[in-house]
Amino acid sequence: MKILVCISKTPDTTSKISFKENNTKFEESGVQWIINPYDEWYALVRAIELKEKDASIQLHLISVGGADYDPVIRKALALGGDEAIRINATNNDSYFIAVQIAEVAKQGGYDLILTGKETIDYNSSSVGGMLAELLDVPYISLATKVEVNNSAATVNREIEGGEETDEVSLPVVISCQKGVAEQRIPNMRGIMAARTKPLKVIEPAAVEALTNVVSYELPAPKAGVKLVAADNVQELVRLLHEEAKVI
Amino acid sequence: MESVENKTILKGGEWLIKESTANDIFIREDFSEEQQMIMDMCSQFIQTEVLPIIDRIDKLEPGLMRSLLVKAGEQGLLSTSFPEEYGGLAKDFITSTIVNEGLGNGFSFSVAIAAHTGIGSLPILYFGTEDQKQKYIPKLASGEFIGAYGLTEPGSGSDALGAKTTARLSEDGKYYLLNGQKCWITNGGFADVYTVFAKVDGDKFTAFIVERGFEGFTQGPEEHKMGIKGSSTVQLYFQDCKVPAENVLGEIGKGHIIAFNILNIGRLKLCAATNGGSRSALDMSVEYAINREQFNTSISNFGAIKEKLANMAISLWASDSALYRTAALIEEKRAELEASGKTHEQALLGAAEEYAIECAILKVFGSEVLDLVTNEGVQIHGGNGFSDEYLISKAYRDSRINRIYEGTNEINRLLILDMTLKRAMKGRLDLMGPAMAVANELMSIPDFGNDDETPFSEQKKYIINFKKAILMVAGAAVQKLMMNIDKEQEVLIHIANMAIDTYHAESCLLRLMKLTEKNGEANVAVLKDIVDCFIYDAADRINKNGKDALNAFGEGDELRIMHIGLKRFTKVQPLNSKAAKRRIADKMIADRKYAF
Ligand SMILES: Cc1cc2nc3c(=O)[nH]c(=O)nc-3n(C[C@H](O)[C@H](O)[C@H](O)COP(=O)(O)OP(=O)(O)OC[C@H]3O[C@@H](n4cnc5c(N)ncnc54)[C@H](O)[C@@H]3O)c2cc1C
Repeated sequence: MKILVCISKTPDTTSKISFKENNTKFEESGVQWIINPYDEWYALVRAIELKEKDASIQLHLISVGGADYDPVIRKALALGGDEAIRINATNNDSYFIAVQIAEVAKQGGYDLILTGKETIDYNSSSVGGMLAELLDVPYISLATKVEVNNSAATVNREIEGGEETDEVSLPVVISCQKGVAEQRIPNMRGIMAARTKPLKVIEPAAVEALTNVVSYELPAPKAGVKLVAADNVQELVRLLHEEAKVI
Repeated sequence: MESVENKTILKGGEWLIKESTANDIFIREDFSEEQQMIMDMCSQFIQTEVLPIIDRIDKLEPGLMRSLLVKAGEQGLLSTSFPEEYGGLAKDFITSTIVNEGLGNGFSFSVAIAAHTGIGSLPILYFGTEDQKQKYIPKLASGEFIGAYGLTEPGSGSDALGAKTTARLSEDGKYYLLNGQKCWITNGGFADVYTVFAKVDGDKFTAFIVERGFEGFTQGPEEHKMGIKGSSTVQLYFQDCKVPAENVLGEIGKGHIIAFNILNIGRLKLCAATNGGSRSALDMSVEYAINREQFNTSISNFGAIKEKLANMAISLWASDSALYRTAALIEEKRAELEASGKTHEQALLGAAEEYAIECAILKVFGSEVLDLVTNEGVQIHGGNGFSDEYLISKAYRDSRINRIYEGTNEINRLLILDMTLKRAMKGRLDLMGPAMAVANELMSIPDFGNDDETPFSEQKKYIINFKKAILMVAGAAVQKLMMNIDKEQEVLIHIANMAIDTYHAESCLLRLMKLTEKNGEANVAVLKDIVDCFIYDAADRINKNGKDALNAFGEGDELRIMHIGLKRFTKVQPLNSKAAKRRIADKMIADRKYAF
């Protein structure tokens, strides 16, 4: 069996976010990069668990990005996986990315493709679905549990107020979230092995991006909180009326 | 002095009389991608496995520390530098230093793991026979066995060789019977293997491998300590304790070689661990200062707080610079010795011995930086800093021990000059020439001009002058006090303080120069502030220590001339350190952490 896990890099959650070039580009300088947590903790770790149970599984990682992706890819390889592929392009458009991954996936004959449910930076949650469509295979989103046996997968997913259990035949694309696996810390041997695992860089397929970012904007800074004593209802009403002007 | 690829590698102690270039030294910013990953992994381990249960650790919950050490073993953190044939990862010395720093902010856990991997394992690894290593090292590497080290006794701490524990060969020659008592044994309450020192036939100081469970071995209850409460510390008792003769470690009568050599590495590693602790105590303090409001503003806007934050950062950056500079020197020396046919273990021991002076310098400075950082950290936290609810109070209590063990800071300060002079006497270090040159310079017309216009020429000159100050004071002290110098500890300590400041000043200047070359002047502006402030403050400290030393033995004209010389050698341009320190603090406040 062959598994492909999509890995993207995102700013560390403590990074300061700012924009440049007239708010059309994210200011990357000084940013610490991490593996997108949904890709790492859930998709990748689950794939590693499956491989631990069945050593014959081939586990590949794939990213679309420039050379600055390599440290993040090697961090992922330190957790596990046999090799990684980086498609050398820096476009953020979901369709562009999905097409690039699809091109590789078609050649690779993967049985299971795992993604995170979204990236924690752009949050578009679209690559998985598009990828499945481009490959003409089923797509299951927001998985909380993934079991695989031979030619089929059993997938649990969260639905409003409950849980759904799906059965699907392989190949399939699944987007993963909390529950699929537990965060792991790479160990020393994994880190040492990461350096010698193949990281193939290939050039992107020719395809137009479908979207183009016109501008970014930061949310308005949060206003200070005013505490009103629990027994001072009058003051609360006055503030809501005079200052917040909501009543 | 040798040249490798245009790099000049100074011998131990040679920094005092020779200059290095930026290219010669290794800095944290030179970490390989793998080393950075290892550092990140260590912090992740502390964050996810240790800090969430730190209160349970501090209550000495039975079995908890052992289970954490086993987890660390699974991560590969117990055997970073062990050879592969004993289940180790055979990483270089810089990488194992990184592991010590990365695990340094785990409070009592940091102490337990440092003791296990250092004094608990290394005596057997470095001095054990093949059989002893095969028997113990793989289990110590995995955490199946926990290691400890029994040197100190109630009557012999700093005077370690004054131990009273005895060892006597049994009549059948199969056992040594140990009698005596050890105290303050870290991990002692639950360790499986102990390196214990005892005197054979009353005078031959010897190390033994003692296993828990040997007949005649018992332990006392846990000590109630001021800090590192979660680290097990007990007394050990030996009553005709039967230790198999094959468990003698090293040679009979050569225990001191084990005891002292293990300490060199231990001192550098202690500095690595305290720097890890300082880093997180400083991060906590920055975050707290930003969030705490008084007088309707964040207290981080107050100059008083900014100055504290800056002082914490300046001293930590200096310690960090000297630590990795020294770790790399040891690594290079190790590689050289290994290439010349020594085993990995012999090579590392030899390399650490070569830089024993630097290791003592690091230990003193690193432990005092942690004290400064945690002390000011508590202050920044105000009343909350005095509360158990805040980690900074634990950091403060846990810091204090570092000035006491691995050789008290007094003993280490005394050793700095003692070792330097011994090397000079043995011809390993040419102190005479440079000291004479300084003495002659005192009598000549001072060179006021500085026509060197190259970058950092002024700062480089300061460092050269600080070294001259040390050579002048130390040279005069040796000449005047001669064989009595040992009895004038105050003088020795003042000179050691000058050396500690100078080694750190030089290390942070060289790091800044290297970073300037790498990243450009514009990107190191705040680092330049750090170095400027360190040198500026150090100049005054060096001057004061020099004066106090000189006044202890100098007289008349000679003393007057030396005072003039000292003034000249410690003269630096005025610096608006208030403004520089504000810039340093502002950078941390913007980053919300110590990000240097
Ligand atoms: C929590 C803890 C854990 C420890 N873990 C271990 C362990 O695992 N294994 C182990 O073997 N030991 C351990 N020790 C012991 C530790 O190494 C000693 O406490 C230390 O070496 C100091 O010895 P001492 O306590 O006897 O103090 P002393 O030697 O009595 O020192 C008292 C004071 O006198 C000063 N002094 C002593 N001699 C001189 C001198 N010649 N010149 C100038 N000043 C001097 C000292 O600097 C100090 O300020 C531990 C200690 C503690 C507190």
